[in-house]
Amino acid sequence: MDIFNDFSIGLFALQAVILIVLLVLLKKFAWKPILASLEERETGIEDALKSAENARKEMQNLTADNERLAKEARAERDAMMKEAREIRENMIAEAKEDAKEVTASLIEKAQASIAQEKQAALAEIKKNVADLSIGIAESVIKKELSNKKDQLDLVEGILKDVTLN
Amino acid sequence: MNIAQKTTKFLTIAVIALFTTVNFALNSNENNQGEEDGGKVNTKSEITAYIQHHLADSHDFSLFSYTSSEGERKHFGFPLPVIVWTSKGLVTFMSSAFHHNDDGHVIVEKGGLKFAKIHSKIYELDSNAATVSFDESHHATNAHKVLDFSITKSVFGILLASLLIFLGFTKLAKQYKTKAIPTGLGRALEPLVLYVRDEIARPNIGEKKYRKFMPYLLTVFFFIWILNLMGLTPFGFNVTGQIAITVCLALFTLVVYISNGTKDFWMHTLWMPGVPKLLRPILAVLELAGFLLIKPFSLLVRLFANITAGHSVVMGIAALMILLKTQFGTVGATGISFALTLFLTVIEILVAFLQAFIFTMLSALFIGMAVEEHEHH
Repeated sequence: MDIFNDFSIGLFALQAVILIVLLVLLKKFAWKPILASLEERETGIEDALKSAENARKEMQNLTADNERLAKEARAERDAMMKEAREIRENMIAEAKEDAKEVTASLIEKAQASIAQEKQAALAEIKKNVADLSIGIAESVIKKELSNKKDQLDLVEGILKDVTLN
Repeated sequence: MNIAQKTTKFLTIAVIALFTTVNFALNSNENNQGEEDGGKVNTKSEITAYIQHHLADSHDFSLFSYTSSEGERKHFGFPLPVIVWTSKGLVTFMSSAFHHNDDGHVIVEKGGLKFAKIHSKIYELDSNAATVSFDESHHATNAHKVLDFSITKSVFGILLASLLIFLGFTKLAKQYKTKAIPTGLGRALEPLVLYVRDEIARPNIGEKKYRKFMPYLLTVFFFIWILNLMGLTPFGFNVTGQIAITVCLALFTLVVYISNGTKDFWMHTLWMPGVPKLLRPILAVLELAGFLLIKPFSLLVRLFANITAGHSVVMGIAALMILLKTQFGTVGATGISFALTLFLTVIEILVAFLQAFIFTMLSALFIGMAVEEHEHH
């Protein structure tokens, strides 16, 4: 096996020419379009993945927003209800207070009027007693001139009437 | 890489072992039958000659030959054109003119010149010679080699491989115009293209610059791989086992990385910074020798030796069928030889890919070294 005797310049030259031609042809008709398409496809896939990821994030944001909104709404509702309860309680308390005041004033008025009536009644009684006394005194004075005994009977009779009254 | 080296080592050792034994045997078997049995290959010396004949390039495409019942040698195949540059200019004729003779006995007269074929080389006879005469070491004394641009079996193989690669990949390229994901053959080819791009070019050359070298790397990868595989078919091409082919491929890589060397690369090669000034010229010589000689040489020898070794071993093991016939009988010898040859052929299919991969990988690595830009501190 004589390697260097085996070296054929002709084969070398033909190989070089064929390889150059093959390189040029393949570069133009095969490698460039193939590599370009592959890269295009890869960037396409990458972009698609990226947009999918973005969409996922957006969805996440949306759900987070929704949850936040719901929470806020719930809190608002709670606050409103609390306020309403407070208002109601206040109203009841105020009403009670008012009622107390009204009854108190009513009682006061009643007491005042009772006292007034009582005064009036007493005054009437006093007046009646005075009238009666005057009447009695009149009768006694009228009868005194006639009979002492009759006088006394009369007084007794009147007194009896008075007590009965 | 480790496996590759081991395989290479194993094959080299196997080949050396084979040739040593065959050469020992050659001395004892010399001249025992010769040509009387019509070119049958029976003895160790004939097997050696047959293997060497296969490993060399040839001027015709022969599939097989046999001796007919009338004792006539029949060759099955077709002739290829012989194109030679002679002392009188370009001469062409068909290789069938030599009648499959390979030892210089058939003289072809063409264009006023006489030609003989000796061990797959075309010789032009001196003007006054009628037959080729040999000296003791079997060198022709009255003829000289001519520049041979013939479409030899190897050139035919290169053309065939180029055509296959061109058709296959232009088909793939066309598919991308109509669909995003190729079908059929393209589906098988696309991962290979991606493999070369993502496993060979990108990591070795770098993300920024790999694109420029993709066409070269892809072409070389598929060229070597397809030719390696064609060498395993019964057509018996041995293209990547031709030293001229591997020299040519290695030179292409050399030209590619030398012509693309950056300023940084040349500075680090010729005037290494950060090293005492006295040492710089010595380093420059070493670096230059590395880039201009050692690296291309390692490329060309690795591919050549692996493929040659592979072909030799497979053929040698196949020849056990003949050599072991007396010890194991026809069936035994054929069985042993068949099993071993099958095993080795499977390994060779792996080696075919591996060597294409290693050649492309190292080319990419060397290109990567040349285009690298260093960070300046």
